[in-house]
Amino acid sequence: MLEVANIIEAKIEQYGRERQALIPILQGIIADKNFIAKDDMVLIAKELDISAADVYGTASFFSFIEDERKGKYVIRVCKSITCDMKNRRGILASLEKELRIKLGETTHDNLFTLHDVNCIGLCDQGPAMLINDEPYTHLTVEKIPIILREKRNQKN
Amino acid sequence: MSNTKLKKVDIIFSPYSVAPYEILRWMMEKDKQDIIDNLIESGLRGRGGAGFPTGLKWKFMASEQGDEKYIICNADEGEPGTFKDRKLLVEVPRKVISGMAIAAFATNSTKGYIYLRAEYNSLIPSLKRELDVYHEYAAKFGLDFTIEIFSGAGAYVCGEETALIESMEGKRGEPRNKPPYPIQNGYKGKPTLVNNVETLASVSMVCRYGAEKYKSYGTDDQRGSKLFSLSGDSLKEGVHELELGMKISDFVEEFGDGDTKAVQIGGVAGFCIPRKKFHETVIGEGNTTGGATMIFNSSRSMYNVLHNYLDFFAEESCGQCTPCRVGTQQLLKGIEAVKSGDKPIAYLDDLVKLSRTMKITSKCGLGQSVTNSFSSIVENFKEEMHH
Repeated sequence: MLEVANIIEAKIEQYGRERQALIPILQGIIADKNFIAKDDMVLIAKELDISAADVYGTASFFSFIEDERKGKYVIRVCKSITCDMKNRRGILASLEKELRIKLGETTHDNLFTLHDVNCIGLCDQGPAMLINDEPYTHLTVEKIPIILREKRNQKN
Repeated sequence: MSNTKLKKVDIIFSPYSVAPYEILRWMMEKDKQDIIDNLIESGLRGRGGAGFPTGLKWKFMASEQGDEKYIICNADEGEPGTFKDRKLLVEVPRKVISGMAIAAFATNSTKGYIYLRAEYNSLIPSLKRELDVYHEYAAKFGLDFTIEIFSGAGAYVCGEETALIESMEGKRGEPRNKPPYPIQNGYKGKPTLVNNVETLASVSMVCRYGAEKYKSYGTDDQRGSKLFSLSGDSLKEGVHELELGMKISDFVEEFGDGDTKAVQIGGVAGFCIPRKKFHETVIGEGNTTGGATMIFNSSRSMYNVLHNYLDFFAEESCGQCTPCRVGTQQLLKGIEAVKSGDKPIAYLDDLVKLSRTMKITSKCGLGQSVTNSFSSIVENFKEEMHH
């Protein structure tokens, strides 16, 4: 785990101490910590010499920038129309049952967070989902426990 | 005038030239003005959905003076039902990058970005490898134009070019008023040319084959070939390259499952065409050209389809302007109220009026286009809205 201050410093070195560096900084922190803490937003604001409200304004706008602690694996199930036509609701129900959480929640071991998401550009291979950046396609209810088991095993 | 039947083409996914970036090298021996004139002559229009003539956009960009001028490849493909840009970036990224480099050469631009949506982050490693190849050849050719990837952060509205630029500047992705257009006042206030992934790949093809050949595809109104992202009730889901100017009836005959009730063209921001209009509707004429095509068969409830669309719009509206922020929510609540019987069927007419008001008063394409699918579904499938 890196210190947030170090991440900010590295990104500023790469992108400059300007507002253009904000999203790369936020993404850099997400990549390591999975979410942006309020205190870290204040720190970013100080470093870029903008208001903390500006940082929060940008951070809260985007669905891939989380401001609450998330699991190690963020699952995003596509809810757009063609995935919906291919039983994405069944997939979601299966995930909720296997993870024993509801949509939007995080498992108690902080391993998984379950979200839904608008079109992820895999409509011809639906139903589809992302686990962090990785796409999973042609999902079936039977595949869900297998995928989750793989992820759980990766932990160790 | 439309084609009499559907015509498949195979240009854009054709194999690369043997030597990497050969088209770019070839173009760099030409006069810059000739490249732009050739592009104008080809009739190529923006493939993101808005359909602005690409050559003309380049011409404006070339006439802008500045030490810093930017080329942005818009890979924020967020329209539900669209996935053609993803396939291009996976299979032929060199053609897309070539298009950017040719644009930079022709318009004297200094720096390029590929604005890649967050949902496509898994493509970054392979794109970076291709960019390494590009940078090696650009240095060899003496082209001082580097390209970086800017990863988006998850917002449909950022496909709108000014919202995209706002987000690159570290701000909320809220569209700007136009004019000024990005060509005059874009990224960091500098001249910026934003082109869609497929547009840039098509530029490479126009340069390779020449305007005359490219122009021979399609119809008088719509030149060239176009990628269609096809999903839904079809056995041929996937990306198909077709000549422009075909009737929906031909499209359905080729791609439908034999029981097609409606076709959504141009994604959820486009129009929903019912079976009775298949013969009179030409894709891309009076409707949108983004190429997202979804087929619904008679087992589908058009109420559920519309509900899904409105859910999407209400969530993705950036909230900046009132007509779009409130309008999308009210349309959603409105159809729910009619379905549950809390409102009479005639209330749908009021909702259609509201959606038309949104078209006039919303700031960007998101709010302006809601009425396309809303009116076309409500008016053509009224009985499904209340039973």
